[in-house]
Amino acid sequence: MIAIIDYGVGNLFSLSSSFKSIGADTVVTGDPEVIRKAEKLILPGVGAFRDAAEKLRANGLDKLIIEETAKGKPLLGICLGMQMLFEKSFEYGEYEGLGLIPGSVVPMKGVVPDDLKVPHIGWNGLIFPENKPKSKIFKYLNEGDHMYFVHSYYAADCDDFVSSKTEYGALLTASAEKDNVFGVQFHPEKSGEKGLSILKAFCEL
Amino acid sequence: MITKRIIPCLDVKDGRVVKGVNFLGLADVSSPVKLAQFYSENGADELVFYDITASSDGRKLFTEILTEVASKIFIPLTVGGGINTVDDFDRVLKCGADKVSVNSGAIKNPDLISEAAKKYGDQCVVLSADIKRVDGKFTLFAKGGRENTGIDAIEWVKRGAAGGAGEIVVNSIDTDGVKNGFDLEMLEAVCNAVNVPVIASGGAGGIDHFKTLFHALPKVDAGLAASIFHFGEVSIKDLKNELHNDGINVRR
Repeated sequence: MIAIIDYGVGNLFSLSSSFKSIGADTVVTGDPEVIRKAEKLILPGVGAFRDAAEKLRANGLDKLIIEETAKGKPLLGICLGMQMLFEKSFEYGEYEGLGLIPGSVVPMKGVVPDDLKVPHIGWNGLIFPENKPKSKIFKYLNEGDHMYFVHSYYAADCDDFVSSKTEYGALLTASAEKDNVFGVQFHPEKSGEKGLSILKAFCEL
Repeated sequence: MITKRIIPCLDVKDGRVVKGVNFLGLADVSSPVKLAQFYSENGADELVFYDITASSDGRKLFTEILTEVASKIFIPLTVGGGINTVDDFDRVLKCGADKVSVNSGAIKNPDLISEAAKKYGDQCVVLSADIKRVDGKFTLFAKGGRENTGIDAIEWVKRGAAGGAGEIVVNSIDTDGVKNGFDLEMLEAVCNAVNVPVIASGGAGGIDHFKTLFHALPKVDAGLAASIFHFGEVSIKDLKNELHNDGINVRR
């Protein structure tokens, strides 16, 4: 059973449907007992970092996620859920994240050239790092495969943990991982067959 | 490099896909779910569903269909038609839409854009503008292109983007249904006015029109069309292969 963690941020219909379509057994839940029993965890998220981090904390789910991943339970953070895996975010201030992957979340503005539009919305290709084996969750992907991105901030200072980047006037972190904790900046549940293959690979971990 | 997007648009009335020529004379094409699935499998980057139903029964049917589409198709879905309030945003987002397109609703209540952007984020709000030349000036039309608002269309999209619209769809009434190519002059005027993604709509008649669009206006992010895809005149696969061969970056 995979628990899609529901902490009151965003709509989880598409995410839950995408797992259903690959035959995965998932439950959308905010119940600590169910999260403890689950074999794997998904941390979704849309909107602003501060709100999301506060909601997670208000439910005590931050501590629970840290405890469960410390036991080796695989976790996949998606979009804002990925950004929350890092130590802190500089989105409209400075806020603490879960600290599961070293690094911080910073604005794209000032990093990407001024003539490029922010948010970065659309399909962009993945670039895998050299001298590193391909991430287990990308086992069905090839370098250059396109994923659907929607974001204005990205994870920086995390080069040792980057599992793919994407080029948008600058090289931006597209995914990162540390041991059993995985994060993707893009939306695998909105990236067609290739995106679903990432969810499938995560289920197979 | 971010890719140029190809977006088929499905106008849905009473549960079926229709396409107007100059917004009049509707003809039934196919089942929304089947058509959406077909497009997704053939390389569409996104799908737009416009609910052109007026009745509440039709609206209920539309949300049921949308839910079915969103449970089977895993590419971004934009929904428009009958979006007048933040509650309407809520209604379609719950069914699995990723973005919501506002048109006449924003003309009636310009605060709708900023209210929705605050609640759901800029990336969720798409401003769709029906624009026609009146005495040589780009003028905003309402009600599916039937009513001249007298509003300067370029000022309108500027205000929309400043208020929080994350993307602008430009529907040229002058070129819609004519299949003679996109309205490059109108699109250029919009691209120069806003710094959010611009989606070109109205006038696509063949592959060359997309090539011309992306070469002439590199600032345009996406091309949207309906009938040429629905009637099989252009396959999205062929279109993307030809764009790629022509040096335009697309997802294949």
